[in-house]
Amino acid sequence: MLLCLFLPQLPGKKDLFIEADLMSPLDRIANVSILKQHDVDKLYKVENKPIVSTSDQLCFLVRPRITNMKYVADIVNADKATGRSRKYKIIFSPQKFYTCELVLEEEGIYGDVTCDEWAFYLLPLDDDLLSMELPEFFRDYFLEGDQRWISTVARALQLLNSLFGPFTNTYGIGRCAKMVYEVWRELVEESEGDSQARRPEISHVFLMDRDVDYVTALCSQVVYEGLVDDTFRIKCGSVDFGPDVTSSDRSFKVLLNAQDKVFSEIRNEHFSNVFGFLSQKARNLQTQYDRRRGMDIKQIKNFVSQELKGLKQEHRLLSLHIGACESIMKKKTKQDFQELLKTEHSLLEGFDIRESTSYIEEHIDRQVSPSESLRLMCLLSVTENGLIPKDYRSLKTQYLQSYGPEHLLTFHNLKRIGLLTEQAPGETLTAVESKVSKLVTDRAAGKLTDAFNSLARKSNFRGISKKLGLIPRVDGEYNLKVPRDMAYVFSGAYVPLSCKIIEQVLERQGWLGLEEVVRLLNGNEFAPTEPVTEENPARETQRVILAVFLGGCTFSEISALRFLGKEKGYKFIFLTTAITSSARLMDAMLEAKV
Amino acid sequence: MSPLVCLLCCRKFELYSMAWNLKEDLRDCLVAAAPYGGPIALLKNNFRKEKSPGSRPLLEIYSASGVPLASVLWKSGQVVQLGWTASEDLLCIQEDGTVLIYNLFCEFKRHFSMGNEVLQNHVREAKVFHTEYGTGVAILTGAHRFSLATNIDDLKLRRMPEVPGLQKLPSCWAVLSQDRVTIVLLAVGQDLYLLDNTSCSVVTPPGISPHAGAYVQMAVSFNYCYLALFTDTGSIWMGTSSLKEKLGEFSCDFRAPPRQMVWCTRPRSKQRAVVAAWDRRLLVAGNSQECIQFVLDEDSYLVPELDGVRIFSRATHEFLHEIPEASEEIFKIASMAPGALLLEAQREYEKESQKADEYLREIKDQNLLSEAVRQCIEAAGYEHEPETQKSLLRAASFGKCFLDKFPPESFVRTCRDLRVLNAIRDYQIGIPLTFAQYKQLTIEVLLDRLVLRRLYPLAIRICEYLRLSEFQGVSRILAHWACYKVQQKDKSDEEVAHAINQKLGDTPGISYSEIAARAYDCGRTELAIKLLEYEPRSGEQVPLLLKMKKSQLALNKAIESGDTDLVYTVVLHLKNELNRGTFFMTLQKQPVALSLYRQFCKHQELETLKDLYNQDDDHQELGNFHVHSSYSSEKRIEGRVAALQNAVDEYYKAKNEFAAKATEDQIKLLRMQRRLQDDLDKPYVDYSLHDTVYGLILDGNHKRAEHLYRDFRVPDKRFWWLKIGALAEREDWEEMEKFSKSKKSPIGYLPFVEICMKHHNRHEARKYAARVTPEQRVKAHILVGELDQAADAAIEHKNETEMNLVLSKCTAATDSSVAEKINRAKAQSLKK
Repeated sequence: MLLCLFLPQLPGKKDLFIEADLMSPLDRIANVSILKQHDVDKLYKVENKPIVSTSDQLCFLVRPRITNMKYVADIVNADKATGRSRKYKIIFSPQKFYTCELVLEEEGIYGDVTCDEWAFYLLPLDDDLLSMELPEFFRDYFLEGDQRWISTVARALQLLNSLFGPFTNTYGIGRCAKMVYEVWRELVEESEGDSQARRPEISHVFLMDRDVDYVTALCSQVVYEGLVDDTFRIKCGSVDFGPDVTSSDRSFKVLLNAQDKVFSEIRNEHFSNVFGFLSQKARNLQTQYDRRRGMDIKQIKNFVSQELKGLKQEHRLLSLHIGACESIMKKKTKQDFQELLKTEHSLLEGFDIRESTSYIEEHIDRQVSPSESLRLMCLLSVTENGLIPKDYRSLKTQYLQSYGPEHLLTFHNLKRIGLLTEQAPGETLTAVESKVSKLVTDRAAGKLTDAFNSLARKSNFRGISKKLGLIPRVDGEYNLKVPRDMAYVFSGAYVPLSCKIIEQVLERQGWLGLEEVVRLLNGNEFAPTEPVTEENPARETQRVILAVFLGGCTFSEISALRFLGKEKGYKFIFLTTAITSSARLMDAMLEAKV
Repeated sequence: MSPLVCLLCCRKFELYSMAWNLKEDLRDCLVAAAPYGGPIALLKNNFRKEKSPGSRPLLEIYSASGVPLASVLWKSGQVVQLGWTASEDLLCIQEDGTVLIYNLFCEFKRHFSMGNEVLQNHVREAKVFHTEYGTGVAILTGAHRFSLATNIDDLKLRRMPEVPGLQKLPSCWAVLSQDRVTIVLLAVGQDLYLLDNTSCSVVTPPGISPHAGAYVQMAVSFNYCYLALFTDTGSIWMGTSSLKEKLGEFSCDFRAPPRQMVWCTRPRSKQRAVVAAWDRRLLVAGNSQECIQFVLDEDSYLVPELDGVRIFSRATHEFLHEIPEASEEIFKIASMAPGALLLEAQREYEKESQKADEYLREIKDQNLLSEAVRQCIEAAGYEHEPETQKSLLRAASFGKCFLDKFPPESFVRTCRDLRVLNAIRDYQIGIPLTFAQYKQLTIEVLLDRLVLRRLYPLAIRICEYLRLSEFQGVSRILAHWACYKVQQKDKSDEEVAHAINQKLGDTPGISYSEIAARAYDCGRTELAIKLLEYEPRSGEQVPLLLKMKKSQLALNKAIESGDTDLVYTVVLHLKNELNRGTFFMTLQKQPVALSLYRQFCKHQELETLKDLYNQDDDHQELGNFHVHSSYSSEKRIEGRVAALQNAVDEYYKAKNEFAAKATEDQIKLLRMQRRLQDDLDKPYVDYSLHDTVYGLILDGNHKRAEHLYRDFRVPDKRFWWLKIGALAEREDWEEMEKFSKSKKSPIGYLPFVEICMKHHNRHEARKYAARVTPEQRVKAHILVGELDQAADAAIEHKNETEMNLVLSKCTAATDSSVAEKINRAKAQSLKK
C-alpha cells in the first residue's frame, strides 16, 4: 500500500491525524494493525478542537483544503508558543495544491512541516464499482465553480486507460465531462510513447455531469441497495447495522458487495420483492440444515467440516438483511412512505402539482426531516422548471421558520446551482451573470458564461421526459418481480434520465437523432468522430462500458444500468467521484452553523 | 601515405596540412589546444612589451585543421596562460588572477577571480588541468605560492601550503590527481616537493641516480598515472606518478631542457613512451635504450591525447602514437598473422588470382579465420585513411563469408562509427578524433561539441544515421539550433519565430518555452511571446510570461489550461505586483480567477472578500456575507443584530425583498429570544421560530407563544400542528381539548387522534376520533383500534378500498365477526 511508503519517512513512534472524510477509505485498505506496524501510536480525527497528543511526531492525512492547513498551522504555532519541538508531516490525498503551500507559508510554518502526496485516486468498492471518494467534488465544482478536481479525474481516467484501455469510443455530456475529456486527451498524448498496442478491455466510455440529471438523484430509492443507503448510509461500501437491525446490543459493520452471497442477490431488487426472496432463502437454508437428519456419522462429519461454516455465514448475513428490512419497514411506514412515493410520482408525471405542494408544505410545517423537505422542494422545482413565485416565497418562509434563518444561504446555494429556482422569465440572471455575459468576447470569460448558464440552468424536465419517454405508459400493474425496463428501480414510475441517455447514445453510437434532447440538456455533448465498431462481431466478447459520473451517482442508477447491461449483453463498470444520494446532495448545499 | 613503422612501434602520420596561413612563429604566440581533437587558440602579440593601440594582442581560434573560427582584439589585461575547459570554453588567465571565459567563437561568457592573494602577487605561471571534478586552474604567484581551483564551475579556491625556503620560482611543476585529491609536484634544483592540502613534503623518485642533476622539465601522463622527469644531465626518469615505481630511465645527448615534454601512451598497453620536443628536434624515448628522433622543420606544439600525441606546426598537423597490436600484426613486413593473410587473400581475390584460396586455406587450416576477421575489423578502427579502412573492412567482410556464425555487431558498429569519424575528421569540420578517443568521449558529447560549433545539420544527420531516439538526438539539436537562432539580432521577430516553428514543428521533446526563455534572455520579449504561442502546454508558458511581466497574458493562459494551481500562482503573483485597485480590476475581467480568489479569501482574508463584493456592487453576496458572519464570527447578540441589519440593507440594495424581510424577521426573533431568555432563564437564542414557539408551549407559556404566532404570521396549520405536538408531549390533555374547541381545526382532527395514540392515550384519542370528517373516520377508528366502528363507517361509505383496509387489519382470532360483517357487505354490494 502506498501510504506505507510515507509513514516510514517519519521513523519512530508517531500519532496520525486523519481527516474524517478519509477514515472510511483508509479503513478499506489499511486496518489499525498495519498502521501500528508502521509505528503509528495513536489515531486521531482531524476536528476543530485542541489536540492532546504527547507524541514528538505528528502526521496528518488530509485533503488539500485551506481549513486543514489552518488546523495544522494552529497546532504548530501553539507548539512554538510553548517552546515545544516536534516533527510534522502532512500527507495530502490525492494531491497537493498550491494554495495549501501558500497558506502554510502565510501562517509561517512552511519550513516546519514536510509534505507528501498520497496519490490515491481509485477505491474499488465492488467488482464493477470504482469510487474516487471525493464527495466534495459536487459542491466544489457545481456550486463553487472550482475546477481543481478536473485534472484529478482526468488522471484517474488515464490510469484506467493505461490499465484497461485504450478507450476507443468516448461519449459524454456536460461541461465538466467535456473538460475532463480534454484534459485526459492531453494526458494521453503526453504518454503516447509508452502505450503498447493491445486489445482494449474497456472500449466504451461515457462521461456524465451530475447536473445533467438531478431528478433521478432526488428521488427516493426503492431498490434494496439504494434503500439501505438512504436509510443507513453506506460508507465506502460498508454499512453499520445498529442494534435495531442486529437485534442485539451490538452494531455490526457489514461489507456490502458481490462477495456477500445474500446481498448480491437482492441488491438490485425492488424492495417489495426482497422480503419474499429472503423468506424463500431462509426456507432453503432450513432444508440445507435439515439434510443432516438421516445422515450417517461420516456424512455428518463431512457436513460439519465442509458445509456448516458456509451455511452459518449465510445464516448470519440472512438474519442481518432481514433485520435491515424490518428496520427499513418500520422507519418508512412511520413517515408514511407510500404517500411520499405517491407525491414523488405525481411530481415526476406532472400531475396534481397543487396537492403535492401542500404535501411538501405540511412536510415542512411538521418538521418531518430538514433534508427530506429540502429534497422535495428541489424535486418540485427541477421537474416544474422552477416554483411559481408565490410557492417559492411561502415554502422558503416555512422552511426558515422550521429550521432557522441560516438556511437563507442554503437557498442561495440551491438557486445558484439551479436546484431550487423561481419561475420568473427574464429575471433569472443574477447580477454576476449579467455582468459576465457582457464579457463573452473574451475566450476565458466565454467558458465562464457557460459555467454560469449551467449553474442556473433550466431543467426542461418535462420536455426531456416526453422526448425520451421516461414515464412508462401504464397498462395494468407494473410487475416488479419481472422488470421490463429500467423504470423498475422507481417502482415502474420513471426511467432514470441519466441511464436512459446512456442507453440511447450507446444504441445510436452517438447523439444523432437526439438533437432536441441535447438542446434541452443545454448541449456540451461529445462523441468520437468516427465510432470504432467492434472489428470482429463474431468474437463473442462482452462490450465493456465505463460509465463515469462526475458529481456522484446513486445506487438506483447503478442498479438500472446493471439491469440494462443484462438485457443488452453489456458489462457496465462504474467510475464515480463518490456515491451520492438525495440526502448527500442536500447536505452538500447546506450552510449550517458550525 | 604509408605508416612509418619503427622499432619502438610508434608511427606518425599527417592529419591535416594546416589551413591557417600563420605568419607568426608559434613561439611568439600563447598557444592552447584542447584535447580530443579540440580547437586551437592563439594569442598573438602577447609578448610585445610596447602596448601601442595598433599592436594590441589578437586572440584567434582555429579548428584543429586550421580553419579560423573566430578572432577578437584583446582589450583586457596581460594574459599569462590560455587553456581549454572540458566543455571547450577558452580560459584566459590574466596576470592579475582574473580568469576570463570565452566560447569557441570568441564570445565572452563570464569571468572569475583567483583571489586577492593572486591579485596582489601576480600570476607568474598557470596551468589548466582536467580531473573527474571538471576543469581546474592552478596558479603559481610571484610570492612562490600555489593557488588551486579544482572546478571552475563550482569555484572553491585552495591556497597550497608554503614550500619552506623557496626563494625563487621552481624550475618546473605539475598538477597531479591521486585518489581524487589534487596535488602539486614541483622541482627546485635537485629537490622534488609534493604539496597537498595541508603539508609540503620532500620526495625522491625511486632508483634515480644520485648524479642525475637538477630537474628542469616534468610531464604527467593524460590519465595522471605516469610521471617523467628531465634533468640537466639529459637523463629522463620515467615512473609512476605516485613515485613508488620506476619504469625506466633514458639518457639523451641533449642537456637543454626540452620546450615541451609529454607522454605518449595508450590505454591498456604495456608500452609507454615520453615525447620531448626541442626547437628543431623531436625525441621519443621508451623504456629501452633506443629512441626515435624526428627532425622538426619548424616550431611545433605538442598536444597530449588519450592514445597518442598530436603535433602541429605552421604547416602541418600530425598524430604520433604507438602502433596498436592489431595494426602491427597486419602491417608488419612479411607478417604471417591471420589478419595479414586475410588482407592478402582479399587482395588476390580482387585480382581474381587463385592465391586468394591458398591464403584463405592457410588461415582456415589453423582455424584462425574468425581471429583474422576480428583483427581486420579492429585494425580498421585505428586507421586514419578511409582507403586503408575500406580495404581492411573489405577483407573482414570477405572473411566473414567463410564463417558460419560470426556475430555481425562488431563489423556493423565499426562501419558506422568510422563513417561518423570520417565525417567529423573532414578538413572543414576539423575534429581529428581517433577511435579510442571517440569511444571515451561518447556520441552524446560529440554531438554536444558539434552543436557548440553550430554544425547543426551534420549533428542531425549523425543522429539520423545512428538512429538515436528523437528525444536525445534530433530534438535536442533542434532546440539548440533554435536557441542560437533567437540570438540572431538581424532578423525580425516574425521571421525568427516562423523559421523556428517551421523547422521544429511538433517534434517531440522540444520545449518552446525553453527557447522563448533564451529569447527573453537576449532581450527579445516580443519574440519570446511569439514562441510561447507554439508551446502546447500552458503550464510551461505561464512562469516565463510572469517573469516577463506579462501577467495578463499569463492569467489568460493559466485559465485556459484549466489548472487551478496555475491560476492561483498567477493571481497571487498579481496580488503582489499590482496595487489593490488594479488587482481587483484585473480580476473583474477574469471571472474564473475571481471566483478562485474569492474562495481563497473566504478562508484566509475575509475583509478582502468583502472589499471584492463591494467593488463589484454585489449586494446579494454582501448580504450573504453579513448573514454568515452573524452566526459564525459574531458572538454577542448586539453584534449579530448589527450584522443582520447590514445584511438587510444589502438585500434591499440587491432588490431581494424576500431575503431582506426574512432577515428582518430574524432580527425581530433574536431580540424576542433574548427577552425570553432573560425573562424565563432558559436558552432560546439560536432556535428556529418553530422550535421557539414549541418550547414556549412545552413550558406552558401559551400567551407568549400566541404572541409569537401572531407577530410572525405563522400559518394556522403550522401553529396547530406544533401546538398539539407540544401539548401532547406535555401530556396537557385538558389544554389540548380546550384548544381543539377554540375554533375549527385547520388541519382537521385526525392529527389529534394520531398524536394522542403516539402518546398512548387511547382515551383522549377516542374523543377526537368522533370529530373527524366522514372521509377520515375509517382511518381514525382504525388508529384508535375500533375496528368494528371502522367497519361500520366503511360499509356506510360503501367504499371498497376502505373495507379492504379494515379487513387487512383484522386478525382471525379476535376480529372474525368484523371480518364477516365486511365480507357480507362486500358480497351485498356486488349483488347490486
